Formats: sequence, C-alpha cells, structure tokens
Amino acid sequence: MKKVNSLFDVIGPVMIGPSSSHTAGAAKLAKIAGAFAGGEIASVEFHLHGSFRETYRGHGTDRALLAGILGLDPHDTGLRTSFDLAEEKGLKYEFIPVDLGMVHPNTVCFVLVSKGGKTADVTGSSVGGGEVVITEVNGFEVKFSGNYNTLITRHRDVEGVVAEVAAILADNGVNIATLNLSRTHKGREASMIIETDACVSEQALEQIRNLPAMLSLLNIEPVKAGDIDV
Amino acid sequence: MYNNGSELLALCNDQNMSIWEAAVLDEMEQAEAMRGQVLDRMTTALRVMIRSADDPGEAKTMGGLIGGEYRKVKAYKEKGRTLSGETANRAMMRALACSQNNAAMGRICAAPTAGSCGILPAALLTGAEELGLGEEGMLQGAFTAAAVGKIIVQNATVAGAEGGCQAECGSAAAMAAAALTEMAGGTPEQALHAAAIALKNIMGLVCDPIAGLVESPCSKRNASGVLNALSSADLALAGVESIIPFDEVVEAMYAVGLAMHPDFKETARGGIATTPTGQKLAKTIRG
Repeated sequence: MKKVNSLFDVIGPVMIGPSSSHTAGAAKLAKIAGAFAGGEIASVEFHLHGSFRETYRGHGTDRALLAGILGLDPHDTGLRTSFDLAEEKGLKYEFIPVDLGMVHPNTVCFVLVSKGGKTADVTGSSVGGGEVVITEVNGFEVKFSGNYNTLITRHRDVEGVVAEVAAILADNGVNIATLNLSRTHKGREASMIIETDACVSEQALEQIRNLPAMLSLLNIEPVKAGDIDV
Repeated sequence: MYNNGSELLALCNDQNMSIWEAAVLDEMEQAEAMRGQVLDRMTTALRVMIRSADDPGEAKTMGGLIGGEYRKVKAYKEKGRTLSGETANRAMMRALACSQNNAAMGRICAAPTAGSCGILPAALLTGAEELGLGEEGMLQGAFTAAAVGKIIVQNATVAGAEGGCQAECGSAAAMAAAALTEMAGGTPEQALHAAAIALKNIMGLVCDPIAGLVESPCSKRNASGVLNALSSADLALAGVESIIPFDEVVEAMYAVGLAMHPDFKETARGGIATTPTGQKLAKTIRG
C-alpha cells in the first residue's frame, strides 16, 4: 500500500494550473536548478525530453520553467507572465527539444550561465503531483527532492570531512534527514548531498565553507507552498 | 490511524467523532503539528479553492478550447427557468470556473488533482449555501474530503495517467460527496456510502483529453462531477446505502484503472481525443 504522509498531498498542492506535473513540477524543478548557477542568471537553455518536449506549450511548461529560473514559486501568479519578466530582467532563454534516452518522460536538462560567467548543468524530472527529483548536477549523479533544505558540497576526498560537517550541523541544532556521498576518484573530488529537517543558518554555512577540504558549498532552501496570500 | 474506510469508521465510532475530526487528528500526528497549524493550512487551501471558483471572465486558456462557460450558465440560471434547478446550475457554474482558471494558468488547489480541481470547491461553496454554513463548515468538509482522498490514494490511485478519469473526477466526486454528507449532519457511515455511490457512478470513465490538454472534456466532467457529488450525498442522507462497501468500490475502481488500455489514460490516443474533430483541434493547437 502507498503511504500518504500528509492530507495536504491530497488537498494540494496550491499551484498555478493547468497541470501539477507539467506546470507546478516544472516551476519547482527550475527554481531548484536555478540555485546551482551561483548568482544571477544571464542565460538558460531548457533541453526538454519526452512528454515535456511534446506538450510544453499547451501546459504552460515553458512559462513555468522560466518562472522557476526567475525564482518564482509554483503557486506564484506571476508564472503566467514570466516571458515578460524574463525580458524585463534581460534573461536569455531557449527551449530545445531533445531525446535524453531512458529517463522519466517529464525530464528537463538545464544549462545555466551566470552573469559572472559560471556555467552549471542540472537535470531533473517532474514525477507527479508537483513533486520532482534532481538526478544530475554538473556530471555528478544525485537524487534529491527539494522538499528538504538541501546542502551540496564539493570537497577534497580526504578523511574526516563528513564528520566535520555533521558536527557543525549538530552544534547548530540541525538534524540530518538523509546523506549521500559520492566521489569522482579516490583522493580527488567528492560531493555530499545532505537533506536537513531545519534550515541551516548563515553562520553554520560559513563554518562549513571554511573547512580546509571544502571546495564549494551550495544551500538550497525547500520549495514549499508556504506563505500564500489569500 | 486509518488506512481504509472500515478502519476510519471503526475509529469514528469508537471515539464518537466525525470523519473530519479524525482527519485533523491524523494530520496532527503525521505532521507532528499543532491543531492550529493544521487548521491554518487547510484554511489556506480552502481560500484558494474558493477564489478559484470566481468568475474567470475572459481569461484565455492555453489551448483555447474552453472559456466563458461560467458566464453562460450564470446568465441562464438567472433567467429562472432551468431543468436541474438553481442549486445544480450554481454548482456547475463554479466547477466550470475552476476548470477555466486552471487552464488559464490561474491559481488553484489540486483536489485531488489539477484536472479535477473544480468539483470540491463547487461542492463546498454550494453545499454551505444550501445548508446555511460558513467557512468553518466548509473547512470541516475539506477535512472529510481529504480523509476520503487519502484512502483512495493509499489503496488505489487518483492519477488519470494511472487510472483514467474515474480516478481523478471520480475520486474528487467521492471526496466531495462525503464532505457534503458530513456538512449536512450525516454520519460517517452515510458519508462513506455517499463516497461509494459517487465513485461507482463513473467507474470506468476514461481520460481522453483533446490535444493532451487539461481543458476538454475535463471542464464539463468537473461540472458533472459536482452534480454526482450532490446527488450521491442526497441519496446517502435519505438513507440509501451503497450495496458494495466503500473499500471494495475503491479496490474495484483501481482494478478497472489498471486493466484500462493506455490509450485511455491521459495519452490523448483514445476516446474523444481521437475523434475527427478532436484530432483536427489538436492539429490546430500544436500548429
């Protein structure tokens, strides 16, 4: 039997129509992906696969993706007019139909360029009911939902980093929900994806950034239907 | 706390409470939340639902297949000569409004899905007016609906891609029927009879959207869905019982959904989507 964890998965999400997977999920995916640009975004390519490629106009998937990149939430009424907002902000964008192979039918690969000239590739899928899974970041295979506060490290593959990060979180009263560790080669570069129950303070993030082995740290706050003005 | 209808009824009878109360307690336990937080969150969902039933006016939908139905039904019913009555027309008008708002990228609350988002708001608003209830009554109804929806999600599906329209509009109507029954003072047993009747009424209904868009026939199925909810609730409140218990109806709906050919599950490869007119419209929309 499937488990329903909250009644608000049944009555909800509060979202912009017309489709939870093609509109709300698309906006959420893009909002998470946008965080990987590490600053204001200059341009974005949306590589659309499967059902996204076939029906993205009619479901407003294009507007939702663009809105997410611009930082809008899936319930933000600005989704509808995101093309105008993108023009206002000088954001360049392109929708490119692709075949990504054996992946979920609602998958998109984002190619982001920040105003500082940094690039990032992020791939994720909209898996139904507005829920999403990020599956790849800059060549690293990952798996997280964006429902939790998520920390993503890049660090040198040396002993003790996991313990140091866990200790900083514990000292700051943050409980780890899930932790996933991977590396390119032994002794070179590794990455952790840490989902936490609470949001992580700027002070704790700074402590983690200052660890000698840390190369970079990204903190992605959960995308939730929080403060809706009704 | 409860995973199916019989467990829910046992809980309600044991604690002498209604389904909506059981739902509030369930959510408090699951989410480790205070009662006030749970009520606040549902209030937000309810207010979004209520607003989504407002006149969408000229709001243009993505596919342009629907629009203006709210105003047509409103004008028609205001002439005072209808076949199904003022209440039924008022309910349909609201469900149509939600569907247009959804298709025009307005804000809605999935209940349980975006495609079926008009049935519950239309039922709650119209039911509350008929019964002389305010927001509190609608809020209780929303919790009743959520409990029924949770049972369907756990034991079957509410996704059109998995179970056809019966899983979306059928579930929404079942949820709304139970909500209306409790809002009118019916017992938990009667509420589940209403839900079972509503779900049986459209068992087997396929999901066949023109051009794959959430517009047609979705919008009119929301209108007929709220009538299904109203009539099922009336039957249950009159003492008519579903011969098949709610849990068995849910199981049967799921089995029908699984057996349904993929052409009839949101793929736009069957039903009205592949009629000559349906295909012509799809071609125009896709350009």
